[in-house]
Amino acid sequence: MARELKLMKGNEAIARAMIASGTDGYFGYPITPQSEVMETLMAEKPWETTGMVVLQAESEVASINMVYGGAATGKKVATSSSSPGISLMQEGLTYLAGAEIPCLVVNVMRGGPGLGTIQPSQSDYFQSVKGGGHGDYQLYTLAPASVQEMYDFVFDAWDIAFKYRNPVLILSDGAIGQCMEKLYTRDNVARWTEEERRANAPWGTWGKPATRPHNIITSLELDSARQEVFNLKLQKKYDEMKEKEVRYEALNCEDADYIIVAYGSSSRIAMKAMQMAREKGIKVGLFRLITLFPFPTKQLADIAKKVKGILCVEMSAGQMIEDVKLATQCGVKTEHFGRFGGIIPTPGEVLEALENKIIK
Amino acid sequence: MNKDNEARRQELLKEGYEEVYTRTKVLTDAVMHYCPGCGHGTTHRIIAEVIDEMGIQDQVVGVSPVGCSVLAYNYFDVDFQEAAHGRAPALATAIKRLNPDTFVFTYQGDGDLAAIGTAETIHAANRGENITMIFVNNGIYGMTGGQMAPTTLVGMKSATTPYGRRVELNGYPLRMTELLSTLPGTYYVTRQSVQNPAAVRKAKAAIRKAFENQKLKKGLSFVEILSNCNSGWKMTPVAANKWMEDNMMPNYPIGDIKVDGKIAEGIDANRLVLDHPLTVMQ
Repeated sequence: MARELKLMKGNEAIARAMIASGTDGYFGYPITPQSEVMETLMAEKPWETTGMVVLQAESEVASINMVYGGAATGKKVATSSSSPGISLMQEGLTYLAGAEIPCLVVNVMRGGPGLGTIQPSQSDYFQSVKGGGHGDYQLYTLAPASVQEMYDFVFDAWDIAFKYRNPVLILSDGAIGQCMEKLYTRDNVARWTEEERRANAPWGTWGKPATRPHNIITSLELDSARQEVFNLKLQKKYDEMKEKEVRYEALNCEDADYIIVAYGSSSRIAMKAMQMAREKGIKVGLFRLITLFPFPTKQLADIAKKVKGILCVEMSAGQMIEDVKLATQCGVKTEHFGRFGGIIPTPGEVLEALENKIIK
Repeated sequence: MNKDNEARRQELLKEGYEEVYTRTKVLTDAVMHYCPGCGHGTTHRIIAEVIDEMGIQDQVVGVSPVGCSVLAYNYFDVDFQEAAHGRAPALATAIKRLNPDTFVFTYQGDGDLAAIGTAETIHAANRGENITMIFVNNGIYGMTGGQMAPTTLVGMKSATTPYGRRVELNGYPLRMTELLSTLPGTYYVTRQSVQNPAAVRKAKAAIRKAFENQKLKKGLSFVEILSNCNSGWKMTPVAANKWMEDNMMPNYPIGDIKVDGKIAEGIDANRLVLDHPLTVMQ
């Protein structure tokens, strides 16, 4: 497929981008509101065209471990799920990070805690960027705010995953996953040839030729001194991501008296609230996070110095706000506004919160 | 083979000794951490010999578990992945499906394969994944200090059944191998042991068959290996092997259960589903 204008659901965009970006394998388990990802893949039958393997696993525990096994052979392997299923995958994610296996995981968030609701939410921020599993590790975390970004970020994820040998998380939500929007498709990227796989993933376990020692994929190191050295290496990698791979979007922030910080669906609502505020003569900007880890700390801090207040909008009880306050060293009045449990706030509610909590 | 060993070998050959046995090159020089007398070392060796004899060292990907054999990847000179506890069959599923020309095997103990990993084991078998699963059953959690395993016998003492396993408290020993033989996805299911040379030869032939079967793409091959856990059972290696023959084998009978996709000759179907042994340890 070349560049074409299409209308599709966010979840379908994820599936089609996987095929178009040369993904080698997908392993998943049904859960609302993201089941269209695997349904689209099964209907498209990419094993007949690109050779991509698609398999429905017996659980999210199995599917994340299938990602581990497949991706550890140096191939591009992905899974997707929604909040409760992603909770089940946390063990797998820490093993993937600990074994430095590049892969892609998509979380189309729904409301929690527990079985919660099937409606959109953004209450998995802590789980995504503060370590949902055990140990010191980070997932490179992208937050799409449109169907176009659902599609594009799959391509971007493979570049980052293999550049850093690290799992990448696309943190979306039920609104972006279920809504239909237009998007431009990209030229297909062919799946790697055998030679490309070996060149791009020399650490992979595909069968040891006589010319190299055996490759081992493990997160185990019983010697504490060596485990500390390994942890320091991981931290260095995360520092490099913080230095080079931060992504964000600052809209109308140059002259802003107030800014809204948001990501994903909330940033779309906040954009409308910003326009409504500007129509009323209030100079509001929007600072949209694209990467949640690495967090755009410096960039936000620079803008925060020039404003009178920050409203954090997130469909949660207030998770992202902690990183906003850390970035600004609590140097400016900062408040949270959110609806949760599957309720999406209206632009009017956001503007009202801005006026009542920040401006007043 | 390390240099000292190789130099000594050359010396002996020069002196006129005939070489009747040599260690397979598919094992590394790493010193194994297994307790002396445990069956893991022997089982590792015969798997490595099979890989060597089939000439597939460059096509094998192994998956090690959590448990005593967690470090198996250090001992086999083939590409290896270390799985989270119980998940080896999920890893192996993806390795094989994405790399259909490889020979993939999992190496798991009873806690890993038959307790925490039960779902992955049953579903990999039920999908008929073209992999080889090696299941080392010693009826106990060795690595963590001898706690009850799903395969611990009724009446058998362990760190968490200090007065012996009681059915009313702990349920029955799980015979995973018989259970898997009833699934259409398994092509070869057998139980072997490694406590004497005759048993080792039979176990090696079974492992060979289980690897050869991967070429046929007809389903999963499953080899259970009964092993002693002399330290966990608190016995000498010799006494542990005798105890295994006297107590484990009546509950876990040795031999093929399913061959070429069919229940083996002489296997009473009742044994697979109904006739659960309840031998009580004294």
